[in-house]
Amino acid sequence: MYRTKDGKEIFVLDGHTHFWDGSPGNQSNVHGKQFIDCFYAYHTNLSPPEHLWEKARFEKYSEDDIYRDLFVDGPDDMAIIQTTVLRDFYKEGFSSIERSSSMAKRHPERFIVNGSFDPRDGEKALEQIHYMKEEFDIQGVKIYTAEWHGNSKGFALNDPDAYKCFELCDKLGIKNIHVHKGPTIIPLSKDAFDVHDVDYAATDFQNLNWIIEHCGLPRLDDFCWIAVQETNVYGGLAVALPFIHARPRYFAEVIAELLFWVGEDNLLFGSDYAIWTPQWLVEKFWEFQIPDDIAQERGVQLTDEIKEKILGLNAARLYGIDVEAKKKQLSAAPVQIAAE
Amino acid sequence: MLTDIMRTDLEFEVWECLERVNDPELDEPVTDMGFIERIEVIDNHRVEVVFRLPTYWCSPNFAFLMAFGIRREIETLRWVRDIRVELSDHCFGDEVNEGVNSGRAFSAVFAQYCDDANLESVAETFMAKAFDRRQEAMLLGLRRRGLSAERIVSMSLGEFDCIPFADEEAIKQKPRYRELLLSCGLAEEPADLAFPTWEGQCILPDRLQAHLERLRGVRINMEFNGAMCRGLASTRYKEVEIGPDGPTLVDFIAGRVPPRDAAKM
Repeated sequence: MYRTKDGKEIFVLDGHTHFWDGSPGNQSNVHGKQFIDCFYAYHTNLSPPEHLWEKARFEKYSEDDIYRDLFVDGPDDMAIIQTTVLRDFYKEGFSSIERSSSMAKRHPERFIVNGSFDPRDGEKALEQIHYMKEEFDIQGVKIYTAEWHGNSKGFALNDPDAYKCFELCDKLGIKNIHVHKGPTIIPLSKDAFDVHDVDYAATDFQNLNWIIEHCGLPRLDDFCWIAVQETNVYGGLAVALPFIHARPRYFAEVIAELLFWVGEDNLLFGSDYAIWTPQWLVEKFWEFQIPDDIAQERGVQLTDEIKEKILGLNAARLYGIDVEAKKKQLSAAPVQIAAE
Repeated sequence: MLTDIMRTDLEFEVWECLERVNDPELDEPVTDMGFIERIEVIDNHRVEVVFRLPTYWCSPNFAFLMAFGIRREIETLRWVRDIRVELSDHCFGDEVNEGVNSGRAFSAVFAQYCDDANLESVAETFMAKAFDRRQEAMLLGLRRRGLSAERIVSMSLGEFDCIPFADEEAIKQKPRYRELLLSCGLAEEPADLAFPTWEGQCILPDRLQAHLERLRGVRINMEFNGAMCRGLASTRYKEVEIGPDGPTLVDFIAGRVPPRDAAKM
């Protein structure tokens, strides 16, 4: 719960968080090391100095750490934990659904754990989807299109094998497809961050919600064009939001574009924990105003009502959460300050 | 023997060449982005350039384009007989380094990793974005001068050439915009339209606003990516790494050498 200066309580559903193990003990090769190093560069580049972590803590944090950072020190009411396997880089997976679910069991009222699959596994991917639904009752998945696997250096959402997986998701009621477009490497003739496959998949699967993490960055312009045409396409603000501290004017321009093209009902807050912690992000976002010249040029506003939607109400709608009932449930079981 | 002064002069010539190599995605010179790590001139005819990118995962096709761009520009120097280009700390570094130093043509190296497709489609996608960004700077500059939509969309290249711009971005982008217009065959003669779309169509006066809205998105995306890349590059290589022989020209240009007084403290 975020409490504003005038005492208003804002429901916060953090749409993009991780419980990872990127430590040297879990790395399989140099790519595993470079992957967590790259995350750490994002962390050090955009965090305020007082929120910088030591490398070792960043590589692997505890169940107590995540609970404290999100819900005790942080304003989150709930958090969606995404699964990112990276099986060619990490021995036990970077963040597996099993490890995340075991952590989330301590506070099931606060966590939503999403699954993941790799369409290149064919039949095995379909089995994996069934397993995740039966075992963990998932409502969403995260797809990382740039994952390396054997000789393959990535895939597209409109590959035939991917479509078979989405058909099954639709059938089983796994409605929320979070997409992270990392650099797809081969073929080199293609733009590594191309987001146009989102357009095909969103058109062909109208029942599913397509949440494009990082708003398609570094292809924000292409993403905006797609989102304006597809009502079931959403933008996750992770990575764009931390600019609110380091480069507030850039953030203002980006959020103005997103409000103009994507719209206030289709944007979701995400801290990308543990790359960033939600406390300073939510605080700065609530205080943020789009400078007049940008707001006028674009004809958009970032009102309190819109901020409330972005911080939690939009994601609650996608995940079928009754916000009033959830608030009551959580106030009956307040965060345990002495979690450690 | 090459004296230090001569060598520094030659290294500076190489640096000036590299100012013409752009990051295709950001439309900014690799020298401005801090990607050039080291330039070395050996025996006044051999050049070695080491470059690096903001992350291990930066797009390999752009790494290839920049590596070959570096090679191509240095080849224009008459005193150069041997060039080695090296990309360091990158997920596709071995392939890029093998390709750019193999003596094979760019197209041949590329075809190997492209499922027989060619690179031109991706290169064109980003040239279109560069065109949009440069054109937006011109259109906004003209608007600021109070010109009407009708006047702007019907302006000829000859008229455009005579317009003095006042703001910094427009002054910087004017020759860059003109260069792309000509090299892409979008305008050649003084009577040709100065502001066609990338597809070569004219812009209708009542569509100028919508056109500008799209260009704005392209520019904001590029600026955002540029800020991200600069930030990640400075974070990734924040330690000052001066070689055993002391700072080189690139170290000075990149501001890696602390002032003397600071060094004593």
